[in-house]
Amino acid sequence: MTLPATTTGTTTAPEHQIKPYTMNFGPQHPAAHGVLRLVLEMDGEVVERADPHIGLLHRGTEKLIEYKTYMQAVPYFDRLDYVSPMCMEHTFALAVEKLLGVTAPKRAQYIRVLFAEVTRVLNHLLTLTTFALDVGAITPSLWGFQEREKLMDFYERVSGARLHSNYFRPGGVHQDLPAGLADDLRAYFRTFPRFVDDLEGLLTNNRIFKQRLVDVGIVSSEDALDWGFSGPMLRGSNVAWDLRKSQPYDRYDEFDFDVPVGLTGDCYARYLVRVEEMRQSTRIILQALDKLAVTDGPVMVNDRKVSPPPRGEMKRSMEALIHHFKLYTEGYHVPPGETYTATEAPKGEFAVYLVSDGSNKPYRCKIRSPGFAHLQAMDFMGKGHMLADAVAIIGSMDIVFGEIDR
Amino acid sequence: MAFLDRTARSFFLAELVSGMGLTFSYMFKPRATINYPHEKTPLSPRFRGEHALRRYPNGEERCIACKLCEAVCPALAITIEAEPREDGSRRTTRYDIDMTKCIYCGLCQEACPVDAIVEGPNFEFTTETREELFYNKEKLLANGDRWEPLLAANLAADAPYR
Repeated sequence: MTLPATTTGTTTAPEHQIKPYTMNFGPQHPAAHGVLRLVLEMDGEVVERADPHIGLLHRGTEKLIEYKTYMQAVPYFDRLDYVSPMCMEHTFALAVEKLLGVTAPKRAQYIRVLFAEVTRVLNHLLTLTTFALDVGAITPSLWGFQEREKLMDFYERVSGARLHSNYFRPGGVHQDLPAGLADDLRAYFRTFPRFVDDLEGLLTNNRIFKQRLVDVGIVSSEDALDWGFSGPMLRGSNVAWDLRKSQPYDRYDEFDFDVPVGLTGDCYARYLVRVEEMRQSTRIILQALDKLAVTDGPVMVNDRKVSPPPRGEMKRSMEALIHHFKLYTEGYHVPPGETYTATEAPKGEFAVYLVSDGSNKPYRCKIRSPGFAHLQAMDFMGKGHMLADAVAIIGSMDIVFGEIDR
Repeated sequence: MAFLDRTARSFFLAELVSGMGLTFSYMFKPRATINYPHEKTPLSPRFRGEHALRRYPNGEERCIACKLCEAVCPALAITIEAEPREDGSRRTTRYDIDMTKCIYCGLCQEACPVDAIVEGPNFEFTTETREELFYNKEKLLANGDRWEPLLAANLAADAPYR
């Protein structure tokens, strides 16, 4: 920081200068969203350089998956982005289906769309409310987590676990919706927009919230594309790009929804995009429930070389029992090939690059996580902002370390 | 007009007051919390909690040591050793689950052809030491005996979907 130099005489040299100093932000900082360690070079309170140090949550998922059969690999995907587990499974399921050359039954696809959108709401509820918490608003997180609890109850009813669901499988979904769940989902999501209104009532026009977000961390649309942004980060910068629209998977083409776009590219625009996405997800969910009500049939491909037989059949038929044993020990063999399959996860383009050598285990499973691409932009987004704004920028990025460190 | 409106709203702290009003209105909503150890939320029949080894109604243990659960477990948490019993039937001599490794994915109960290993509705099995979470056959069978009515009911409720 330069102090005002004396104007008398000819010298304009500063009286003294404070050297930029380095500060560790995290990995145990409550606003660092997990185990982010940000090495900040500070000039006073202004961030000159932000250097994210990652890897503290590295578990070697990609390598582990090479040693697991395709069925065993699914639970690992839950643990990547643990805020939106089913969307991660969705990508893997689609990738394996592509290599196998099978398509999930219609009902399974609707269930996957339904729960992918429930997951999106679940994710945005956490993101937005903790984002608000980061910039000083506590109430939204208390309300939001109450709603999350209800959504996780739906998760639990359909899959048996509140978070690590292991529900979307290559070839469909594990089990059909239990009786009554569709009605409860419909009843819940009819009233859900009112909750979003309440959330917005606290935040959207609030001057404190806006002062912290407007014009902070501006990303132009060119920069966003150059840095490989995707999802709400890209849409917040005025690029209408949504994989659900541009390359629809699992019958997203049958659904009527809009892609919200932010005009300014700052943290506030990203907040608004996410709020609107929750409303659009509600629309998709209600449509999916309508479609599910008139779609009957299996929820898993009827191919005994890929999907285990139903329990009743397995207990009676010798052939089914053999298939059951084969599938749960050796798994299924996937024809050689490679695929890059991407889905629109709540955080952006989540993709799996899967290489199969024809065996029962993936030869390589590269995971493209959106958070990784977003975090690398931390330096140019945070440059010149105050330390407190760095917190807002991290909050608006929707960082979850499970998927970044993998 | 818009300018006046905006200025008035800004001057009278409109959004802050309405936000406070909203917060205040939530005070009259029914309470969302429960008195946890005494009250509990309902669990679905599919819930995957603590493991249990079940028995047939005549007291015979179900597990036939086919080792499917051991093979399918992604976390390698299950260890089984087996040899024929005196009466010639194949049974496990050792059935261990390392609950610290287990990821509760439910693949073991899916794989089990005789519904012997199941993940029950119990989620309150914290211990004070790590060693207590290395479950052996005795502990798992005791769990099965303890939870059998609920386990059987849950399996029956979920049977149409399996």
